[in-house]
Amino acid sequence: MGMTMTQKILAKAAGLDRVEPGQLIEARLNMVLGNDITTPVAITEFEKAGFTQVFDKDKIAIVLDHYTPCKDIKSAQLCLQAREFAHKHSITNFFDVGQMGVEHALLPEKGLCAPGEVIVGADSHTCTYGALGAFSTGIGSTDMAAAMATGLLWFKVPSAIKVTLKGKLQPHVSGKDVILHLIGAIGVDGALYQSLEFAGEGVASLSMDDRFTISNMAIEAGGKNGIFPVDEKTMEYINGRVNRPCEAFVADEDAVYDSEIIIDLDKLEPTVAMPHLPENTKVVSQVAGLPINQVVIGSCTNGRISDLRAAAAILKGKKVAPNVRCIIIPATQEIVLQAMKEGLIEIFIEAGAAVSTPTCGPCLGGHMGVMAQGERTVSTTNRNFVGRMGHVSSEVILASPDVAAASAIAGCVADPRK
Amino acid sequence: MKVYKYGANVDTDVIIPARHLNDPSPAALASHCMEDIDPQFASTVEAGDIIVAGPNFGCGSSREHAPLAIKSCGVKCVIAPSFARIFYRNSINIGLPIVECPQAAEEIQAGDQVEVDFATGVITDVTTGKSYQAAPFPEFIDGIIKSGGLLNSLKARGVAK
Repeated sequence: MGMTMTQKILAKAAGLDRVEPGQLIEARLNMVLGNDITTPVAITEFEKAGFTQVFDKDKIAIVLDHYTPCKDIKSAQLCLQAREFAHKHSITNFFDVGQMGVEHALLPEKGLCAPGEVIVGADSHTCTYGALGAFSTGIGSTDMAAAMATGLLWFKVPSAIKVTLKGKLQPHVSGKDVILHLIGAIGVDGALYQSLEFAGEGVASLSMDDRFTISNMAIEAGGKNGIFPVDEKTMEYINGRVNRPCEAFVADEDAVYDSEIIIDLDKLEPTVAMPHLPENTKVVSQVAGLPINQVVIGSCTNGRISDLRAAAAILKGKKVAPNVRCIIIPATQEIVLQAMKEGLIEIFIEAGAAVSTPTCGPCLGGHMGVMAQGERTVSTTNRNFVGRMGHVSSEVILASPDVAAASAIAGCVADPRK
Repeated sequence: MKVYKYGANVDTDVIIPARHLNDPSPAALASHCMEDIDPQFASTVEAGDIIVAGPNFGCGSSREHAPLAIKSCGVKCVIAPSFARIFYRNSINIGLPIVECPQAAEEIQAGDQVEVDFATGVITDVTTGKSYQAAPFPEFIDGIIKSGGLLNSLKARGVAK
């Protein structure tokens, strides 16, 4: 019986020839990540347990991105705790305001994750790096403390769902529509305890940014991880960023999957997820015209340069509707600079949008776009749970940058193809 | 030992909304626990109470603040047909007992008096007189629980400095 990509990576990291689904293993970690919300809790546990040294100062990344630049005194205290720990332990990959970006856009950009590696992060969207053919998954703060101390963590080897992609995306349809469609099809626990293994000839047509968006939201289907095969686009992306040997694992021909889902990319339409679960999907035409108060374009899901280009192509020469606040948040400093060079920031500001320094901010209702009672946002982020972005009665509609930008102009949910 | 009952997909944002994550102290987390789906919960919950819920409990964020908030309220145990995997890990790691038992999760009602024997996995609904057998933890995970959490189990093995 063959193994999936995920199983092969975990077997190697555990020093085993093979692993079986359900097997409990201890794997060696290539990178351990935390942010300004989860790292302080991990530090407290690390110190309470009496640990005095980290396993490898080069294999820990601490990114202050959620409430930063700090929104209040309490969040500033959390950042202070993380900053002091990073300095005390000489953490190489510590990213503070000025260098930081939204963690899951930042780490690939900095070459801190590579094909075949095992990456854990105290943030559920750590599954993003599956786009590079890595095994990456979210953990909690106590796990992060253990991982920082030992460089090891236990895992249950997941069984898998194969997601076969066929064809090619149509204009104004992107990775976000692929993953929203998939979550709508299998539900928010459709891949619980399982890996999502993307495959098929359709993969080649997807840009790296599309793949990051898709892997990013594997957790929204309950998935442990969401992994893509390594191809020329992957190698082109890591070239110049990753300067260490890495290994592209290929799923065995006879790998075993619990089920297979086939997605015909040609047939996908712009898709949104209605409140209050990512599985409540509709094609955009079904809900077009629904009034909105705010648009957010950014986050670890859709704050990359292709996302900004897609939004700019729609906003260019147009104005954000008078009843809408449009907030655009490039995910990293490099993306801000690139957007400036390409004139995208000018397009956004001339359209009447606010452009922010990188932050997770409104995605989790932290700051920079929190909603009042009864308000509604079209957002390129990843969760639309009750109260996620503000008041308990506010609503989030998840969408692609194309849908979000078109909605900002229309003042209501809108189809970018019109 | 009264029961609070909730539906499917109780997410970490309603267990502890992100607006309160800027203060991870147990008392602060406990005071806001479940407030977006049950504003009365934090003021009425008592030590030893139990949460019973639908599938995929704890879905969403990796925030350990979620099981910490529940534990800090004095909740003795969460019973559900299934748990989101990060929440499951976090609960084991911090010592919040969680029990997977679909039949108990479906049949036990809000307000019932319920007892759980963690050694045997037997859940007893004292109100209805019915009992249920929960799935046991795998040996490895049981070892973490018995050591008093993940970090204690690592220290016992001497794998960190």
